[in-house]
Amino acid sequence: MNRTAYINARLFDPANGLDETGSLLVEDGKIADRGAALFEGGVPQDLETVDCNGKLLTPGLIDMRVFTGEPGTEYRETLGSASQSAAAGGVTTIIVMPNTDPVIDDVALVDFVERRARDTAIVNVHPMGALTRGCAGEQMTEIGLLKDAGAVAFTDGDRPLSNPLVMRRALSYATFFDALIVQHAEDLDLAAGGVMNEGELASRLGLAGSPSAAETIMIERDLRLVELTGARYHVAQVSCKASVDVIRRAKQNGLAVTCGVSAPHLTLNENDVASYRSFMKLSPPLRHEDDRLAVVEGVADGTIDVIVSGHDPQDPETKRLPFAQAAFGAVGLETLLPATLSLVHGGTLSLERAIEALTHGPASLLGLNSGRLDKGAPADMTLIDMHVPWILDPEDLKSKSKNTPYDERRLQGRTIRTIVRGKEVHPFKGT
Amino acid sequence: MASSETNTSTLFPHRHLIGIDGLSQADITALLDLADGYVDQNRQIDKKNSVLRGRTQINLFFEASTRTQSSFELAGKRLGADVMNMSVSSSSIKKGETLIDTATTLNAMHPDLIVVRHGDSGAVELLSQKVSCSVLNAGDGSHEHPTQALLDALTIRRRKGRLEGLTVAICGDILHSRVARSNILLLNIMGARVRVIAPKTLLPIGVERLGVEVFNDMTEGLKDVDIVMMLRLQLERMHGSFVPSVREYFRYFGLDYEKLKVAKPDALIMHPGPMNRGVEIDSAVADDINRSVIREQVEMGVAVRMAALDALARNLPNQPMAGQEP
Repeated sequence: MNRTAYINARLFDPANGLDETGSLLVEDGKIADRGAALFEGGVPQDLETVDCNGKLLTPGLIDMRVFTGEPGTEYRETLGSASQSAAAGGVTTIIVMPNTDPVIDDVALVDFVERRARDTAIVNVHPMGALTRGCAGEQMTEIGLLKDAGAVAFTDGDRPLSNPLVMRRALSYATFFDALIVQHAEDLDLAAGGVMNEGELASRLGLAGSPSAAETIMIERDLRLVELTGARYHVAQVSCKASVDVIRRAKQNGLAVTCGVSAPHLTLNENDVASYRSFMKLSPPLRHEDDRLAVVEGVADGTIDVIVSGHDPQDPETKRLPFAQAAFGAVGLETLLPATLSLVHGGTLSLERAIEALTHGPASLLGLNSGRLDKGAPADMTLIDMHVPWILDPEDLKSKSKNTPYDERRLQGRTIRTIVRGKEVHPFKGT
Repeated sequence: MASSETNTSTLFPHRHLIGIDGLSQADITALLDLADGYVDQNRQIDKKNSVLRGRTQINLFFEASTRTQSSFELAGKRLGADVMNMSVSSSSIKKGETLIDTATTLNAMHPDLIVVRHGDSGAVELLSQKVSCSVLNAGDGSHEHPTQALLDALTIRRRKGRLEGLTVAICGDILHSRVARSNILLLNIMGARVRVIAPKTLLPIGVERLGVEVFNDMTEGLKDVDIVMMLRLQLERMHGSFVPSVREYFRYFGLDYEKLKVAKPDALIMHPGPMNRGVEIDSAVADDINRSVIREQVEMGVAVRMAALDALARNLPNQPMAGQEP
């Protein structure tokens, strides 16, 4: 029997309201026991022991919005390289988006992702299935079969499902399988090809702006359809105050609506675009500082359920272009935790809400049995040094792509160890 | 570059001319003063000097342009530079060569000055980061067109004797106009009062925070102005997406004598060209020899571009760079 004792840890698990110094026992990849009193009389000789030195031991982080290039554009990122990046960032479970090439809209392709993940990934990988065939927004996919094959939710990835009739039917049909529908909320007509947030700065830079209303209008439309259908609906990433307000009201009215926000949207704003920095070109775009403050408040008060990285690796050739032509997206698996912790250090977000939105929040939405330090749960855990200061060097990133908006930033706090099913995957020691 | 005998001229302490943004009143005045001298030179029989002798100037145009490109070409030649024109058609972009590839390729040919026009905002700045020579922006997307603003300023200053305290109305497609942005910046720096007049669909969001008074009505906006700057309205923007039709646009936003009545009697009429006669400007107004300075703007364009090339070249190293083969 493979047994490891994690002693002298600050056990921190928002789902259980747990914050105490104690020990945790892992047996055969599962959490066997935990508590302040565990090993009070000393650790038995036959146990492998890890002294956590009072550092934070949390459930492993779960990132439910990760784009990879596998299959199709493996030069950007493979499932294997994404998993290495995840492990380095303390993320033990990644949910990969279906808009690859080909799109994950068929049972055989879900099987492919799962097989490749099993063979090459060092963290847990679950695919989201495409909501429509080819993510083209026209024909529903086989939601039931895909879900049985392992798809944990359904989305067209970074493309909105624009047609309201198709959306209504997808929501309606999904209720039979209790499937979660995830929307990239953007009215493409209103966004009109905008490449950054609409406003004074875009006007100064001479860049086409995308108004935040393009996001909020899509959410408001979808909420009407959720009312009609009673489906479980999740907005992948909200970025502005109006969207947070709309979702807050919908939740108060009892709708089954949830939403996420990316770490960059919590920590950066449109001014970071500065002089056409294409690494700051994201979708949705970085918004006004008032919007940033509103999404932070949304996480703090529980309106926003999950924090994601929005990890989207892009090779240099698609980023070293004039801003309007450059690709959207930023890598983020390795900065998800430190970026979120910057809000905790800044006093605008409690540690409890931060960790909940990175663990139990996504786990409960996706029906995963991880995200908590329960006895019997998989031993997916992250050991965190809350306070260590460091400067991000993009060359140190494990991701194949280095398009991080945090290059050369001063960060505080990072992952010391990442444990997946009882096995330490970071510091990475080979397979 | 440490070993080079750097000219410590403080006439214009910038390596590139990417935009009006970042220039001081002194910088602009210095360029205009220098340009004044070139206006005189250009009116002589011998229009040439040799301040750029031995220098190579490349005009790199990713967007078709007749006026600006010929103006820069003539400016460089009158200063004695070797001028090469490169029109990068969309075909070579289709071949996969990126802006940065083009920049590094040209840079290897040791140009001293590159003049760039590109359809994307920020593209000229991006290019300037990849080359070791001076870069002049001849227009990037909807961002800036600094030499146009400078030539407009020179035209005004020569006619009115000053820029400070004048009221300037910029009319038309402000939203897509790099000329408008550069002019708004320059006129603010120089102490003029700036108005913009346009239908709301052709105004950028937040324009009121750029240091302008905003009007939607020509007869209100033109009241007592000293200068009327008209902008070109791209024909493809006139069929329903921004304004419903040419005739409606001309009725409310085209410059004719009726609307001009409220401006000062000696108000000057300007247009960066090329004009759409009968769309944004009545033909008779455009050709009015007492009011229109549109042809004069073209003349000032050559002088201002000579001044800009001269000023930037003064900051270039005068000896081979360390570690480089001669």
